[in-house]
Amino acid sequence: MADLQQLRRTATQVRRDIIRQTSMAASGHPGGSLGCTELFTALYFEVMKHDPKFNKSGAGEDMFFLSNGHISPVWYSVLARSGYFPVSELATFRKLNSRLQGHPATHEGLPGIRVASGSLGQGLSVSIGAALAKKLDNDPHLIYTLTGDGELQEGQVWEALMFAAHHKVDNLIAIVDWNGQQIDGPTAKVMSLGDLPAKWAAFGWEVLKIENGNDMEAVLNGLAEAKMHTGKGKPVVVLMKTEMGFGVDFMVGTHVWHGKTTNAEQTERALAQLEETLGDF
Amino acid sequence: MLDQLISTGKKSTRDGFGAGLFEIGKQKPEVVALCADLIGSLKMEAFIEAFPERFFQIGIAEANMMGIAAGLAIGGKIPYTGTFANFSTGRVYDQLRQSVAYSHKNVKVCASHAGLTLGEDGATHQILEDIGMMRMLPGFTVVVPCDYNQTKAATMAIAEHYGPVYLRFGRPDWPVFTAENQKFEIGKAQLLATGSDVSIFATGHMVWQAVEAAKALALEGVSCEIYNIHTIKPLDEAAVLDSVSKTRCVVTAEEHQRNGGLGDSIAQLLARRLPAPIEFVAVNDSFGESGKPLELLDKYGLSVNDVAGAVRTVLTRKK
Repeated sequence: MADLQQLRRTATQVRRDIIRQTSMAASGHPGGSLGCTELFTALYFEVMKHDPKFNKSGAGEDMFFLSNGHISPVWYSVLARSGYFPVSELATFRKLNSRLQGHPATHEGLPGIRVASGSLGQGLSVSIGAALAKKLDNDPHLIYTLTGDGELQEGQVWEALMFAAHHKVDNLIAIVDWNGQQIDGPTAKVMSLGDLPAKWAAFGWEVLKIENGNDMEAVLNGLAEAKMHTGKGKPVVVLMKTEMGFGVDFMVGTHVWHGKTTNAEQTERALAQLEETLGDF
Repeated sequence: MLDQLISTGKKSTRDGFGAGLFEIGKQKPEVVALCADLIGSLKMEAFIEAFPERFFQIGIAEANMMGIAAGLAIGGKIPYTGTFANFSTGRVYDQLRQSVAYSHKNVKVCASHAGLTLGEDGATHQILEDIGMMRMLPGFTVVVPCDYNQTKAATMAIAEHYGPVYLRFGRPDWPVFTAENQKFEIGKAQLLATGSDVSIFATGHMVWQAVEAAKALALEGVSCEIYNIHTIKPLDEAAVLDSVSKTRCVVTAEEHQRNGGLGDSIAQLLARRLPAPIEFVAVNDSFGESGKPLELLDKYGLSVNDVAGAVRTVLTRKK
């Protein structure tokens, strides 16, 4: 049984880490990171079987891939907090000679990262390849991957959707951060995604939803349900509604904080709303 | 040495790829293959028939293919992707850059139908920029074998090299003149003929053109040293410098744009280390067109006569 209270406390610390990393670097993407904090916390502290000693091939464990690499601060936080590298290293985010690149990379050898991402639309394809390798090796563990919703405007994503259904890649759970926002504004205004559940279903996927991706219990239940649908001949997608900027009152629900960081005064206001539960880096 | 360079018949380099893929598939269970709806063109049938579970038909979706290959490599496989050179490079450059090169994935990008000798399909498919694009990507090894036997050997050898590789080959039947079952050494230029007047550095189909040109020039008393640069990157700098320090002038020959290709690479090295006159046999900043392979090589300045002409020109510039 998941310790919901502990997971929520961890998530609060992760949010502090996000605000502090991006404000200290004076660059980065806090909005989407805050919106996906429940998901990352649930995956790394409850759902996935994974080893922070980090075997790059992921043999014998679940693997996670981040396609929308710009929300690296939330990923770096959960990786550090779950033991992949020292928490103190979060202070180097986006700085010269750091392993914590602006967008996730393998080049500097940061444990927990298996492929670079940032140029959008590529992560689902890579995840499918990793899932196929697991099938060839009769490894029953799962691949989890997160994609932004604006990112679905990239054509490669739909190539990947078609492939996964045709080749019955059913050891893969794709999650879409359905926050309805992108850099230039709401997705409905920039480039409508249309009826997303119907589109994924039409491409042959098992479509599930998490109506509130900022509710820890809803995220855990949604991921548990997704797991039950794996191994049945269809790839599984979880369309997860989130609020960009969730957890900080003046950042929530707007695209403004997609790629903008808090100044000193705003940082103080934000951190005042987030209890330091595990000790700051 | 030149006299011993004889064609034993004509076979395509893509057939060499197919044969090599099948052989390395037998030897290495971690080798997997992917294809974007061009199985027949890439001669992948033998591999697919022998190892159906290790083959993935991607459909006409090259970007997705490169991403999937990167993922398979993460899981410890050695993926060979197969499509035309055009769709293996320009179409998927960002995927190769981020998911493969920057992420240092052990993916073998196998590219057929490169260059003008693709023939009748015309300029949309005749990529002449791929060597330049691929040699610019940090960490990529770029291999361009010259005939069937060498392509087969190279296809197998790249599996032994950890890291991303671009393997470029072509469509037409072409003279086979290198040894059967040769050992292919990545990064080691192949000396085909020793000579004293000029160094010819050629790659791919143009190696045979250089051999023919050297034979004609020998009758005029010109002694050509011929190197087959089957690995464009890393370039065998020692071999190039050694040869040019003797001959003091150079001709490069490639089925590629003059910009960005083998000639550029050699010129860059010599400019730094050993300045010498160079003539470039390459396509000069233009697209190709429909036609038969030899007609196209003739029209775009890549014929045997063009190589010989470049040698005569460079000799007049030699100090």
